Amino acid sequence: MAAETELLQAIKPVEHAEEDPREHLMFDPRPREEMNRMVMEAMTTTTRRYWIWLIGLGLAVVVLLFGAWGNMILTGMGVAGIRRPVFWGVFIVTFVFWIGISHAGTFVSAILRVFKAEFRRPFTRAAELMTTFGLAAGALYPLIHLGRVWVFYWMIPYPNARWLWPNFRSPLVWDFLAITTYLLSSTIYLYLPLVPDLAMARDRTKGWRHTIYKVLALGWRGTEAEWYRLRRAINIFAFAIIPVMFSVHTIVSWDFAVGMVAGWHSTIFGPYFIIGAILSGMAAVVTILFVLRSTMKHFDYFIRVEHFDALGKLLLVFSMAWAYFFFNEYLLSWYGGDAAVKQVLTLHATGPAAWVWYTMLICNVAIPWLTLWNKTIRRTPWAMFIITLLINVGMYAERYTIIPLTLGHQRSPFDWGMYNPRLTEISIALGTLCLFMFLYLLASRLIPLVPVWEVQEGQMAHRLRKVGKAEVPSVTELEE
Amino acid sequence: MAEQKAPQKWGLVVDLDRCTGCNACIAACSMENNIPFVGEDEVAYGRAMYWLYNKRDWAGEYPEVKPAFEPVMCQQCGNAPCEPVCPVFASAHSEEEQVNLAVYNRCIGTRYCANNCPYHSRQFNFFDHDLPEPMNSYLNPDVTVRRRGVMEKCTFCVQRIVRGRQKAAAEGREVEDGEIQPACVQACPAGALVFGDMSNPQTKASQMARNQRRYQLLEELGTLPRVTYLKGGGRYGG
Repeated sequence: MAAETELLQAIKPVEHAEEDPREHLMFDPRPREEMNRMVMEAMTTTTRRYWIWLIGLGLAVVVLLFGAWGNMILTGMGVAGIRRPVFWGVFIVTFVFWIGISHAGTFVSAILRVFKAEFRRPFTRAAELMTTFGLAAGALYPLIHLGRVWVFYWMIPYPNARWLWPNFRSPLVWDFLAITTYLLSSTIYLYLPLVPDLAMARDRTKGWRHTIYKVLALGWRGTEAEWYRLRRAINIFAFAIIPVMFSVHTIVSWDFAVGMVAGWHSTIFGPYFIIGAILSGMAAVVTILFVLRSTMKHFDYFIRVEHFDALGKLLLVFSMAWAYFFFNEYLLSWYGGDAAVKQVLTLHATGPAAWVWYTMLICNVAIPWLTLWNKTIRRTPWAMFIITLLINVGMYAERYTIIPLTLGHQRSPFDWGMYNPRLTEISIALGTLCLFMFLYLLASRLIPLVPVWEVQEGQMAHRLRKVGKAEVPSVTELEE
Repeated sequence: MAEQKAPQKWGLVVDLDRCTGCNACIAACSMENNIPFVGEDEVAYGRAMYWLYNKRDWAGEYPEVKPAFEPVMCQQCGNAPCEPVCPVFASAHSEEEQVNLAVYNRCIGTRYCANNCPYHSRQFNFFDHDLPEPMNSYLNPDVTVRRRGVMEKCTFCVQRIVRGRQKAAAEGREVEDGEIQPACVQACPAGALVFGDMSNPQTKASQMARNQRRYQLLEELGTLPRVTYLKGGGRYGG
């Protein structure tokens, strides 16, 4: 009996330090008018540093992106480093990277909304904006990487005198259609929950802002019928956009999986790419949340350590899922027994660019696994900032391994070759990063970055109830 | 034409026992097809333009090495991996000649076809390579001069096939075996390359292709190449 008690004592779970629920945003309500004012202030406050960044990034976009791209259009694709047999390089790598980033918005916003994860409320819009701008940056690449960008519209199905349609068997056409669909639907999905906040902003501004918000708020008054319809619409969209999101990155992966390149031709690529996209997208959400929290006024009220904590847990799960698929790719290739695939995969780890492969594994697996299990680290925003940046470095390395490093070592060893990016490619890749940040900075001062009504709705539903002497957090079911 | 006939399937046979690795085929191909000279720097960077390249493998340990040559051009696959991936049909199969065509003026330069070609026989125009006067007068008027940003590749000298068929049709006869020769075949001093209609079992090319030394490049991928190689070396010498 005594031994049993001892054993029970020994296996008793370690008690975490009791969290005060009042630290959570949902249990720390403020008057609605005050909160509205806080969001408005965050939106309208522009410091000197903000303008320096905005103008600097704008110039960088012009020089790095459009300058280098323009030069490439005028002189030829040869200013990029690609050479036979590696015909796709940094452009396609960065394209996949941005499409991956764009999965954050939908995942955080739609999936967490559907599953009613309450911690999502203050940063759904920040994530949705990432989707739209990530897509805007990524969607440039199918144009940038074209040898003759001036005839890009031949990929669009439009009626013409020759009765020529695009080749619907080509994954590039699927890509084009999928990305267009995703861009349109994610923009609508960004806009719908924005309407009440735009109306809020309309009622509190004068001048040019008032004029813009008046048009964009579509005459929102906040009647019961309007709320009912808005909720219905958001609900439908949240469900509808999830399959679109999954399809987009599956189709991006088919750009590779449909080809007969050894190391690409794999049925696992669809889910593998989606998990990778969600991992990189979620990591980017955390990165952005840290930046917002440390630069924007009042954001330490909305974005709290609990959010970093919750996203950190999700990141750990997705890092594990990614590692599973990564392992599976090797397992299936080994089982398939294709010598060329085996050669390619071996060369990833042992070839001249093996450091990319090791970077990928360290950043995507080792670092998250060693750090994110720890609650203290998850609740330290700057640590999360560094970890999530590294995860995205790792995801970039993953795409780099999959695209140029795989193309370089195909079935005919006589034709093996390596590829090194040149200045043009690096400049354009950095240019789209600047474009993303520029658009984000601009938008952060034009639309309310916190969905105030969602936060207020959540705070109304959350209460600390007294049960005996204890205060218990409780949530009211909002929807029918 | 009066009667519709089944399309001729043009094919090429490469007898590796006869190949000396002289590269005359490459030179002839470049002149026939207006292939640009890209310059020293670009060649050094690995962007030399050939539609036909001579794969040279070394057998044995140094110093007892023997070179083995294998001229590789577009294999004109019956089931070509480059065709379905092109978003704009710039890589298409011709029904008349049964070869894989590169439609230069339709190409937008996604380069997907080049990635997907297991033989790496497609080339990309990284820059414009204009020829100075009077060099441009050597250009073959039957072949398009490609601009920057488009893919190009061996077409089995489709301009010669078309001309041969037209000539035969004008004279009211069938195309004779050996009448049509791509530039590489015409230039080969050793007679290692033989071109002909593979759908007709009587042509020299089909007869050679039935040799027991036959193999095709990466046959196991199911691309159905139109080029047949006859293995060199072994008891046949080489």
